[in-house]
Amino acid sequence: MGKFNKNGKKEMPEMNTSSLPDLIFTILFFFMMVTTMREVTLQVKMKLPHGQNAVLEKLEKKSLVSFVYVGPPTDALAAKMGTDSRIQLNDKFAEVDEVQDYIQQERMNMSEADQPFMKVSLKCDQDTQMGIITDVKQALRKAYALKINYSATGGE
Amino acid sequence: MARKKRKAPGLNTSSTADISFMLLIFFLVTTSMDTDRGLARQLPPPPEENAEVKDIIVKERNIMNVRMNSAGNLMIENMDGQQFIKLDDLRAIVKDFIQNPNNSDNKPELHAETIPYFGEVMITKNHVISVQNDRGTPYKVYFSVQHELIAAYNELREEIAKKQFGKSFADLTEDQADAVRKYYPQKISEAEPKNYGGK
Repeated sequence: MGKFNKNGKKEMPEMNTSSLPDLIFTILFFFMMVTTMREVTLQVKMKLPHGQNAVLEKLEKKSLVSFVYVGPPTDALAAKMGTDSRIQLNDKFAEVDEVQDYIQQERMNMSEADQPFMKVSLKCDQDTQMGIITDVKQALRKAYALKINYSATGGE
Repeated sequence: MARKKRKAPGLNTSSTADISFMLLIFFLVTTSMDTDRGLARQLPPPPEENAEVKDIIVKERNIMNVRMNSAGNLMIENMDGQQFIKLDDLRAIVKDFIQNPNNSDNKPELHAETIPYFGEVMITKNHVISVQNDRGTPYKVYFSVQHELIAAYNELREEIAKKQFGKSFADLTEDQADAVRKYYPQKISEAEPKNYGGK
């Protein structure tokens, strides 16, 4: 009688998981393709203004875009830098007169064919006063970076 | 002495899944799918150093000033006088201003213009919408105004594209889109920054 299992249960056959890694790799590659690493650590807080998707344009070709961030320093830096809106270029705070050099620098890093298509994306906090943004805009005009884009969150 | 053929032991791949899971989770966390969106605008080139400041004279009926103060209030000024308005009303007012459907004397003059696909049409090609803001104006308000202005133009272009071609503006061919752009040229000007009434 020992032939029969006492509790009558059959053992579950194990699932074949040999294709699991392939599956995961596929998803992995997808995410590797679409991922864009954030190159700069933000030192300013920004809540972007809100617009309608129908009116906003998508920023394509990231290699042509330079970013200018404007907003109050993050909470960690607020004690040191105050709460007034500041400009951030690359990884550090900057003054208005540095904007022109920054644009020049960004332009030098581009290939010559791309230079006329350069765009500047202004990522500004929605509660910032226009004064500092006007200054930035004037600096951009002087640097002949005339195509700008006011970054915003989309929606209906 | 036939050598015994030994099978090479298979590599244990049971942990590959775990390793790729780790990588997957890393990329899942770092990825940001949202594409950047924004209002595209074109800045005017800088004024030349020694060039005389030339005021371009625009007929009064062709111009509409949109002013924002530091409290974020909106005022429009044209031949009809000045009035405070709400942001929600701006789009309709601007659309009416650009079209001038009743050929009113207080709105931009209509010019006969020949445009491909449309033939000779009456358009307000000389209208200007001038935006002025204070240094203290919140960016939110400035952005919303720009947003509404562009939305007004987009809606007008969409309407005419539907009427003329039966298609959405985005689906038009390059030539057709150019014609529509000529029909409703975008004329938004920003005044040289001034400081109104202190801080």
